[in-house]
Amino acid sequence: MELLEGEREEIVSEVGNITEKYQPEREKLLPVLQEVQGRLGYLPVLAMEKIAEFLRIPTIDVYGMATFYNQFRLNPPGDHQIKVCMGTACYMVGGQIAMDSFERRLEIQEGETTPDRKFSLERVACVGCCTLAPVVVVDDIVEGHVTPTRVDGLLLAYDGEGRVPAESARQVEAGQQDEQQSEQEGEGEQHS
Amino acid sequence: MSGSSPEKRYEQLKAEAKEKVGSTADKTVVWVGTATCGKAAGAITVREAFKKEIQQRGLEAQVREVGCMGHCYAEPLIIISKPGFPSISYGFVDEGLVKLLVDNYLVNDDPCYEYALVALEPNDYFPTFSDFPRGVYENKTILGLCGFIDPEEIDEYIAENGYAALARVLEMKPEETLELIKRANLRGRGGAGFPAGRKWEVARENPEKEKYVICNADEGDPGAFMDRSILESNPHQVLEGMIICAYVLGAASGYLYIRSEYPQAVRRVRRAIEQAREKGLLGKSIMGSSFDFDLEIFQGSGAFVCGESSALISSMEGKMGMPRERPPRLSESGFRGKPTVLNNVKTFCYVPMIINNGVEWFTEIGTPESPGTAVFALVGKINHSGLVEVPMGTSLNQLVYDVGEGLPKDKAFKAVQIGGPSGGCLPESALDLPIDFDSLQEAGAIMGSGGLVVLDEDDCMVAIARYFLEFTQKESCGKCTFCRLGTKHMLNTLRKITTGQEDELATLDVLQELAEDVKAGSLCNLGGTAPNPILTTLRYFKDEYEAHILEKRCPALMCKELIAYYIEPKKCSKLCNACVGSCPTEAIYTRDDGLKAIDQEKCVKCDNCMKACPPEYLAVVKLSPPSLVEEREGKKK
Ligand SMILES: Cc1cc2nc3c(=O)[nH]c(=O)nc-3n(C[C@H](O)[C@H](O)[C@H](O)COP(=O)(O)O)c2cc1C
Ligand code: FES
Repeated sequence: MELLEGEREEIVSEVGNITEKYQPEREKLLPVLQEVQGRLGYLPVLAMEKIAEFLRIPTIDVYGMATFYNQFRLNPPGDHQIKVCMGTACYMVGGQIAMDSFERRLEIQEGETTPDRKFSLERVACVGCCTLAPVVVVDDIVEGHVTPTRVDGLLLAYDGEGRVPAESARQVEAGQQDEQQSEQEGEGEQHS
Repeated sequence: MSGSSPEKRYEQLKAEAKEKVGSTADKTVVWVGTATCGKAAGAITVREAFKKEIQQRGLEAQVREVGCMGHCYAEPLIIISKPGFPSISYGFVDEGLVKLLVDNYLVNDDPCYEYALVALEPNDYFPTFSDFPRGVYENKTILGLCGFIDPEEIDEYIAENGYAALARVLEMKPEETLELIKRANLRGRGGAGFPAGRKWEVARENPEKEKYVICNADEGDPGAFMDRSILESNPHQVLEGMIICAYVLGAASGYLYIRSEYPQAVRRVRRAIEQAREKGLLGKSIMGSSFDFDLEIFQGSGAFVCGESSALISSMEGKMGMPRERPPRLSESGFRGKPTVLNNVKTFCYVPMIINNGVEWFTEIGTPESPGTAVFALVGKINHSGLVEVPMGTSLNQLVYDVGEGLPKDKAFKAVQIGGPSGGCLPESALDLPIDFDSLQEAGAIMGSGGLVVLDEDDCMVAIARYFLEFTQKESCGKCTFCRLGTKHMLNTLRKITTGQEDELATLDVLQELAEDVKAGSLCNLGGTAPNPILTTLRYFKDEYEAHILEKRCPALMCKELIAYYIEPKKCSKLCNACVGSCPTEAIYTRDDGLKAIDQEKCVKCDNCMKACPPEYLAVVKLSPPSLVEEREGKKK
């Protein structure tokens, strides 16, 4: 994906700020990658090059790690991250149907981001609320019993002002993501 | 206070904790379950609603958070403790119920029993856990405090006797503690059931000075969440077990390897470590002894294979998580090449309990070969899903029908899937099987991670085998050929069968042979167990495979390519348009006679129309093989 204006500088400075805190040891590679992705939302090639430089290892080693581990993404996430639960319980009651519907509507495949960077689509393993299966997590808000109709409703809601109708909004307060999340929520929706 | 013995120190810690916690005993407290399961169901909204209502009315009640109580089917869950009443738990709480409870119970004295789930202490008004079938079979040991103490408050754990075992251990010789763990025959709960004591002993006897203790909280099974729940609900129990292990080995540092997909668990463990340090339970000269030990969190990055011990170490060392050949075992050469003990979250949890309650207490629970309890995430087609803890040796029957209260909607039981991607599917005939490491292995499944999915007549056994193979094939690290190519080949075969592209029955023999070879030839247990879902379904549900191949029919009506949606003209009503609007691809049209029909070319089999069709008609049906549609339409015309 092409970098937008100003992104180069941002990447270099963010990576610099993070690596500064670490010893240049191979053991620090995963934690550094995690923190960089935490800041940038993904691992741009440039960031991986900078990390390799810092640890004095070949870039291919960093790239190898980034592709080996499922946690890392090589493309920027969309404004709204859609995660379809493909855990056992969800799969058995139609997780794939929900995934198919998102793919059909967004015209992207699992693991991709829409060209306008509005939505990204991925699969996750059990999010721990199997009783609500099939489950979809949009920006850390858990949606239960997702049917194709609900998929349409969700996309419509998020495409608008970027919020969901109150009665269906279920917030998962996922650690550090708290603040960022409440920014994304509409007014009258801040639970915490 | 320096110079006093660990036990003396502990007494003081406990007295302080009791004083702090005890001060809430005469107050009204609303406990909200805010583990991930609760939050997903809306616990935060409930917590805020309580806070708001209580504040508005100027009541003197506290709102506190607890972890998972195990009754996930009834989330959001709360407990209200009001002086003069037993503590009562309420399920399916929403904002309306919050208002009601505040008005009737907090303000007045009506506990609204009609909404109550269970009382926590014996009383004359409302049943307790032990009055339900589930309570009779369940034996909560390591889950005992989960959901009943605030996981972010170390004093609550200490007030419940937490860290007493550590104080005891610090007064004993390390080898005495080791002896206890060995005598208890504590077997690892991470899957394989290897005796923890033996592992500890090897690492302890190694002359190397530098040693490590690592807790495996990678929990890779895509349908399980026990370890996360424990970390979120009672993290100190795990820490205490790890510190005791470190003392036995003489290790100075340890790690908790937690998947990064578990942000809440990471946060709570981090907080627990800080609080333990503040109390002198971690760090230099623990409880005034000469023993130093500290813990750190290492976040896993979402690779299933990293749950395997040598791969886990490799990923901690900054490399791709690929297993290596063993021996040497980790207890001889692990993290940084040093002796390392790696145990599962639950394994560590039992350690303080065994020290506190004695070896006999532990060995009396469960079976002689598998003492203690088993913890399961009971999910799927089951009425009361959630976290359950039963003695080893409990039968699957009791687990499904008594603890889980059976299957919903009167559907017929088909199988239980135990152990996730490494486990297998066991049929009805296996329901009498006692749950323990060895019996399950004999039946072709494994104890594994503790995921237990109940499947009913609507679940296709070939599809579930394919689901797990898709998972293991993707997660295979690619190092050894059997696993890398074998899983791929098996998956291809399953794909062909489930999509109706396989015509040869003989393929099943090839599949069986290949599965056995992959099992025997793989480097690590990812490949070594990946064929289990196939082998068990072939063993117990071969007829389903045959129907797919010979008749292109999916008996459970699940495999998309082998079914078609059809509207039964006899049941359809001219007056109803529900399905038409529900179809995302406009595949449903109105026939000349006003009834609806589906254009098979346009249908994407999304199941929407079937859900939309009102209960008084239920005209939409699934047919398999799809050619049945033509047959029926042909006849009608
Ligand atoms: C592919 C694979 C995945 C595994 N995943 C886990 C896991 O998520 N958690 C775990 O505790 N053990 C897992 N194990 C088992 C570990 O290798 C190891 O046996 C275990 O952590 C030892 O702890 P225990 O003796 O307390 O069970 C896995 C093994 C394999 C082969
Ligand atoms: S399988 Fe989807 S939430 Fe558990």
